[in-house]
Amino acid sequence: MEKRTDKNSYTVIFAIGMVLVVGALLAYLASALKPMITENQRLEKQQNILYAMGINNNTPGSATFISTDEAPEKFEKYITDQVVLEVKDGKIVSQLSREEYKAKNSGQEPYLIDVKKQQANAKAGKNRKLPLFVGEKEGKKFYIAPIRGKGLWDAIWGYIAMDENMVVQGAYFDHKGETPGLGANIKQRYFMDDFYGEHLLTEAGVFKGITISKSNADPTNQDKKDYEIDAIAGATITGDGVTAMIKKDLKLYVPYFKNLKNKQ
Amino acid sequence: MGKDTKLILDPLADNNPITIQVLGICSALAITAELEASIVMSISVLFVLGVGNVVISLMRNIIPSKIRIIVQLIVVATLVIIVDLVLKAFAYELSKTLSVFVGLIITNCIIMGRFEAFALGNGPWRSFLDGIGNSLGYAVILIIVGFFRELLGSGTLLGIKILGDPVAKTGLYAFGYENNGFMLLSPMALIVVGIIIWVQRSRNKALIED
Repeated sequence: MEKRTDKNSYTVIFAIGMVLVVGALLAYLASALKPMITENQRLEKQQNILYAMGINNNTPGSATFISTDEAPEKFEKYITDQVVLEVKDGKIVSQLSREEYKAKNSGQEPYLIDVKKQQANAKAGKNRKLPLFVGEKEGKKFYIAPIRGKGLWDAIWGYIAMDENMVVQGAYFDHKGETPGLGANIKQRYFMDDFYGEHLLTEAGVFKGITISKSNADPTNQDKKDYEIDAIAGATITGDGVTAMIKKDLKLYVPYFKNLKNKQ
Repeated sequence: MGKDTKLILDPLADNNPITIQVLGICSALAITAELEASIVMSISVLFVLGVGNVVISLMRNIIPSKIRIIVQLIVVATLVIIVDLVLKAFAYELSKTLSVFVGLIITNCIIMGRFEAFALGNGPWRSFLDGIGNSLGYAVILIIVGFFRELLGSGTLLGIKILGDPVAKTGLYAFGYENNGFMLLSPMALIVVGIIIWVQRSRNKALIED
């Protein structure tokens, strides 16, 4: 005897019903929770940027952000300025201050600029907006730039804090879906801390970037001018992704730093 | 031994999902380079399989048999996405730790395997116990593999340096010991799982198939 659930008509009705129920449920949840998720992401960006300039609750061996309650207040205090550069074909077309940018973009803060979208703009031949955050801590100035690229499985991104000579003063990396235990370790302190003090420019002022190297023979990272960081074993592609995003995205800021020097 | 206790205890050894049923192998190879990741994955699977088995079991009489696999897939994907969304809104830190695992849970064949083999033919309570039992059995293997891979591959456990510092040459490393980088790669996980299977079957001959 054929069961009721074997009928074609039942199958079709069941499938339609299930799709409607599940679709409605997920759509409702996604839109109901969206404001909270966006707020969490905003605070996370603040935490990331502050982390790169050394404002964090790190304990030996583990990377810890300042708490989300503190983040907005400290962000306001330590990030003294935000600059937006518009670049096209590697040249700076215009430079906006934080206030100018906010006035033009209905009050949106420069640090909320979506790097992914801007990279797509650049690919499409349009101007790319490059945010740069200027921080000040204990009389020292930090210039923090967001970078973004591809890892093995999905997106990787980070924030690099530099001084006016483009010497790295701190780095933060994160990823969407790198392999736990391998590529995911780019957000471990032993990897991120290595970047401290590393030079991006040669003596002559030419941009060289930093390469994640498997053969730099300097695992304790004593040489800060070798333009190399010791790679993570078993995470070659993720490491190459980090190299690529540093070289590609930070290079765009070089003219800004040159201008900065000339002004002094 | 009661029938219900058997549902929990069997998958821990004699009917282990990984070593006997050969379910969930992919994730056992992929994420066991670190003990912590193994534990997080185990807890996630425990949750999804426990709840998913109950949901499928409740729906078992209305699911059309022609599209049952797709229905199972939808149920597990929906569950995982709901959990992910709720965590992103209320426990953002935790959701970041879990984010990589979300995709892995949906495609984990242990989930579909137990839905298909058990929950479709049994009541909710027994299905729940089966889900818990199987995910515990899965957890045992994951944790064993993760333990050896992290210890021999990185010289650490849960991120704590157990064997000394490989760079500063302290502890074991002072005697010329080196971490085995091969342990960090997936092929070595397969070999470790193979060794577990070998040990298990040599101790219990009844498990050997012709």
